[in-house]
Amino acid sequence: MTTVQHLAPLAVVIPLLAACVIAGLSFLPRRLHELVAVGAAIASTTLCAVLLAHANDGLIVYWLGHWEPHHGVALGISLTVDQLGAGIATLTGVLVIASLVYSTRYYDEIDGPYFALVMTFMAGMVAFSLTGDLFDMFVFFELMSVAAFALTAVMIEERGPIQGAINFAVTNSVAGFGLLVGIALLYGRTGALNLAQIGLSLDHHPADALVAVALLLVVAAFLTKAAAVPFHFWLADAHAVAPAPVSILFSGVMVELGVFGAARVLSTAFAQPIEPSLHDLRMVLVAVGVVTAVVAALSCFQQRHLKRLLAFSTISHMGIVICGVALLADRALAGAASYALGHGLAKGALFLGTGTLLHRCGAIDEFQLRGRGRDLPLLGLVFVVGALVLASAPLATTFFGKSLVEDAALSADYAWLPAVLALCSALTGAAVLRASARIFLGWGGDDPQETRTESEERSQEASSREEGADMKPHATTPALLVAVPAVLMLAAVLAGLVPDLVPSIERAAAHFRDHASYAGAVLSGRAPHFPPVAEAHVSGTAWIYAAASTAGALLLAGFGLRDRQVLPVTVADVLRAAHSGHVGDYIAWWTFGMALLGGFVLWAVAG
Amino acid sequence: MTFLPYAVAAWLFVVGLYGIVTSRHLVHLAVCLTVVQSSTYLILLSTGYVRHGSAPIYADIPPVATAVDPVVQALTLTDIVVESTITALLLALAVQAMKRFGSVDPTFLRQLRG
Repeated sequence: MTTVQHLAPLAVVIPLLAACVIAGLSFLPRRLHELVAVGAAIASTTLCAVLLAHANDGLIVYWLGHWEPHHGVALGISLTVDQLGAGIATLTGVLVIASLVYSTRYYDEIDGPYFALVMTFMAGMVAFSLTGDLFDMFVFFELMSVAAFALTAVMIEERGPIQGAINFAVTNSVAGFGLLVGIALLYGRTGALNLAQIGLSLDHHPADALVAVALLLVVAAFLTKAAAVPFHFWLADAHAVAPAPVSILFSGVMVELGVFGAARVLSTAFAQPIEPSLHDLRMVLVAVGVVTAVVAALSCFQQRHLKRLLAFSTISHMGIVICGVALLADRALAGAASYALGHGLAKGALFLGTGTLLHRCGAIDEFQLRGRGRDLPLLGLVFVVGALVLASAPLATTFFGKSLVEDAALSADYAWLPAVLALCSALTGAAVLRASARIFLGWGGDDPQETRTESEERSQEASSREEGADMKPHATTPALLVAVPAVLMLAAVLAGLVPDLVPSIERAAAHFRDHASYAGAVLSGRAPHFPPVAEAHVSGTAWIYAAASTAGALLLAGFGLRDRQVLPVTVADVLRAAHSGHVGDYIAWWTFGMALLGGFVLWAVAG
Repeated sequence: MTFLPYAVAAWLFVVGLYGIVTSRHLVHLAVCLTVVQSSTYLILLSTGYVRHGSAPIYADIPPVATAVDPVVQALTLTDIVVESTITALLLALAVQAMKRFGSVDPTFLRQLRG
């Protein structure tokens, strides 16, 4: 424990240095850039894994410039590494490596700055997971955001990426400024920026209006990153137009980091102030999660543009993860973390698989691709398994995560929650199953030209040009473009079956939420004494819900293959019309969501 | 302690949002975003303001003198860096939008919907 803390800053510095090297030596050939990027990503990921192993029995605290706390008052900036943070940093690293390896064969042409941006993005995400300072969270939030905006628009000669990047940049920047206002209010109240120090200052006082407003601004900013409804519009646009190796990072870990940030501030800075109003706040946040999961699942099912379909599915699954955090219980948080792990790997594999289809066929529309995936049977298998993982089929990693969330929901008197979440799993799984059957087996009808409504026509017109105008079909598919998604999907299936992985996530989540131990370890260097955590067992009802959502996915997929509508046409059109693609509309929705959420949070916390 | 800076900051935030929602030009939109951001400068600086405090540069003043909070000033500087990055990016995108869409009105950016 004496030297391991020095590794924490290195995990951030290495990708940043690699970004500088790549950007500075942009005249070098592409293969050298790739080599530097992959090497740096592997080094940083290894460091994160070492930190994860060492954070087993306590927090790893590193004070930058040795500005350690004096008499329990923190003035310096700390990296505070716990298992959950190190875990999500490691997941980030794994996905970055997968993305980089995949992109060596995916792009026909790509410049050095792309790899520099990916490295900057990685540094931002890893630092966000490891930091123990609220203002640093803002800085790294912005660092990863700016890198992400640029990566969205990396195909700058096409129209879709430009519009997607503008919508993404404006929405997330506004949220980021909200976060900064929240931080300023907290600093004004506590004089502290360190999460543990803020928590200590806010302890023993019930939340007043100022703390409630700060809580609202900070949490809403993270929920915007996590694409909670109605802050979610940017996600579908950005994910649909970003190149596949970038989408995997967006969906696989960036949005999860939004939820992680919210969980982090709720269990450190705001842990005590929200204690008296836990019941009401839980209700508000669970409502956000449920609305997100349901609305996005319905939108997902009616998409025919594959990447947009996967993007809406990500929003829906984030709704499930938000529910896990929103229940404000150790077990639910463990469920959210396990679920995010399984979802991140599976969704990463699916996005890469979609990229492979685009590379092969030059198309991304479900109907245009009908039957054209027959030459890629292994990729078809990846898609079907991915659909089952998204449907939380029994024994998938997502299944273990969801069963923990369900368990916590039942003990918090949210008995209806598992059924609603099962429906969302079924819908999102069904959408991917339906698309797989159509693309890889040629099942289902042809493009329903005659019955098409006007809005569908528009979306088809858009989807044919969105991405891939410059992506020419290739006669052969390099083995790597199938192997990387296959390996990720295998990991998504097997991770939950690794002995002691889910129980160790349960322990990590309980430690993550242990407010007093966190403050003690950061401010006084006390070794935390965590109480033992009772291991949850997968209950019988969890199996029933999982079986039901899997069966539901199969049924709905069959239904979708015959006749595309599950919703009344008016509802479907309303859902489509809301996604107008106009950034002003998105900000109007954001403002509306802030007003609504603000009202409820003020009522719950300060009321 | 006066509430005026906080009221102005809230006003800037909201009026900037209004500008973004109703904007018909991407450059105007980027400027509106900086208006939203300027509310964060104001709120940060007013949080650390001390009446009759001098600048927190202790080379020139006795160490016991009243000075405004240097931390929020550092935060504001960081904030400015963030802003310039985002504005530069948005302006670059606006130029590119003009090239590809032939318009800088968000209403005519009609590639993604549904």
